[in-house]
Amino acid sequence: MELKTKVNAEDGTQEIVVTRDFDLPVELLFKAHVDPEILGQWMGTKVLKMEGRPHGGYLLETTDGNGKVLFRANGVIHTFLPNSKIIRTFEMENAPIGVQLEVQTFERLTDNTSRFTGRTIYETVAYRDQVLKFGMEKGVNMAHDRLQTVVEKLK
Amino acid sequence: MKIRRDVFQAIADPTRRAILLLVATQTMTAGAIAANFDTARPTVSKHLAILTECELLQPEQNGREIYYHLNPQKMKEVADFIEPFRKMWDARFNKLEAIMKNYKPNK
Repeated sequence: MELKTKVNAEDGTQEIVVTRDFDLPVELLFKAHVDPEILGQWMGTKVLKMEGRPHGGYLLETTDGNGKVLFRANGVIHTFLPNSKIIRTFEMENAPIGVQLEVQTFERLTDNTSRFTGRTIYETVAYRDQVLKFGMEKGVNMAHDRLQTVVEKLK
Repeated sequence: MKIRRDVFQAIADPTRRAILLLVATQTMTAGAIAANFDTARPTVSKHLAILTECELLQPEQNGREIYYHLNPQKMKEVADFIEPFRKMWDARFNKLEAIMKNYKPNK
């Protein structure tokens, strides 16, 4: 079975490229990346700010049940072409992995299918490798948060 | 209970990842490692045993103390292996797709 999401991270480079084809029109794929509410739902974080324009900023934040900040990231948008391309910086606060440059492209394949390509460029090869090594962290944290929410509802 | 330990099981736990980050900078005793966590000492010992079992940590007896250091060779295997990272994004994108398939414009 062919994998839907592909990740390419060549040895010794500063890049990670993530590619995914969606059964969605490109307009909906793009909307899911820029609408704060929708983006928050699938990324598992709160989107506190999302200014979809050149020089605009964005701010993501995840807190636990007690309001303690678990994850906070921000960046500045350089290019914002609806249904086509976003170039932005990304910096995770209090994490020693530097600032990343993200180039996201949104391509129409057919009326109802589209392709996302996310190219992330890190400051150094070491930072890139660190993100890959501990890349599960965010996912695991998110799963943990969801579990906590479910458990709290049972109380 | 028999559990097959592999490096990805080992690094799936946040405490074990924190231990690896600690030991990455310097060789440490179990006591020094445990001092960094609120977790009970036996729990930290269990994490150390798992990390040792899958060869991410190498213990070295020095007098009465056991010093733990990182096995860079094994860590490289983890770095080369991008599957957990891919799975994380695959799960997110599956969710995105599900949300947008139910998305009703003009609400």
